[in-house]
Amino acid sequence: MEYQTRSQGAYTVIALSGEVDLYYSPLAREQILKHLERGQSILVDLSGVSYIDSSGVASLVEGYQLARTKRLGFGLVGVSGAAMQVLQLARLDKVFPIHASVSERIASDG
Amino acid sequence: MAEPAPRPLAEIRIRARAEELKGLRDRVRETVRAQGVDDKLAECLVLAVDEAAVNIIRHAYGGADAGEIVLQILNNRDVLVFRLTDFAPPVDRASICPRDLDDIRPGGLGVHLIAEVMDEFEFVEPPPGAGNVLEMRKAINR
Repeated sequence: MEYQTRSQGAYTVIALSGEVDLYYSPLAREQILKHLERGQSILVDLSGVSYIDSSGVASLVEGYQLARTKRLGFGLVGVSGAAMQVLQLARLDKVFPIHASVSERIASDG
Repeated sequence: MAEPAPRPLAEIRIRARAEELKGLRDRVRETVRAQGVDDKLAECLVLAVDEAAVNIIRHAYGGADAGEIVLQILNNRDVLVFRLTDFAPPVDRASICPRDLDDIRPGGLGVHLIAEVMDEFEFVEPPPGAGNVLEMRKAINR
């Protein structure tokens, strides 16, 4: 797994790519929580994710819950087919705010 | 007439470490694809086996680099059988069940994902020297 971060609009965008499994999910979790702890709203770009397991999904859930606690923005964007399949199996596709792209999310914020 | 014996497809041995999981997934993907499984189901099967191995690493071995995981894949008349053997102390089988998904929280999803993907899964009697044997089965349509 690799990650890149950038700012776009009011968000810090964390783009994950490759395989988010038990080995790499602590790194994803660290990045997600770090930016939220700094008070930044975040979007996690999953367009480059070829595999995600339950530990990777747990990192997203933890981020989502921390963002709600801190009243910060959180969402998933560009969810790859592989990642969406796992979110659907976990029945989380209707729980996370999901948008096709960062710009679509920003537009939906009004 | 005696039923044909299940056909062994692969036997994969890994150390119970997170960095070994990618190799395991690659071998499972290759093996099930060779049985004519389509891409979508193949990825689901890879996920379910990976989640079972994650549970062994985290819960049976307790995160310690303590042992080995052996995965056997068999084809029993178009039912794929995934048999995962570890050498850890026996786990509390009653504690291994899918959790309520309405409770949105990190963790505990692995068994649910296995249950979603597989037709059946159960612990079977381990052979002498082994700790736990989880057997998962999935019928495949040709």
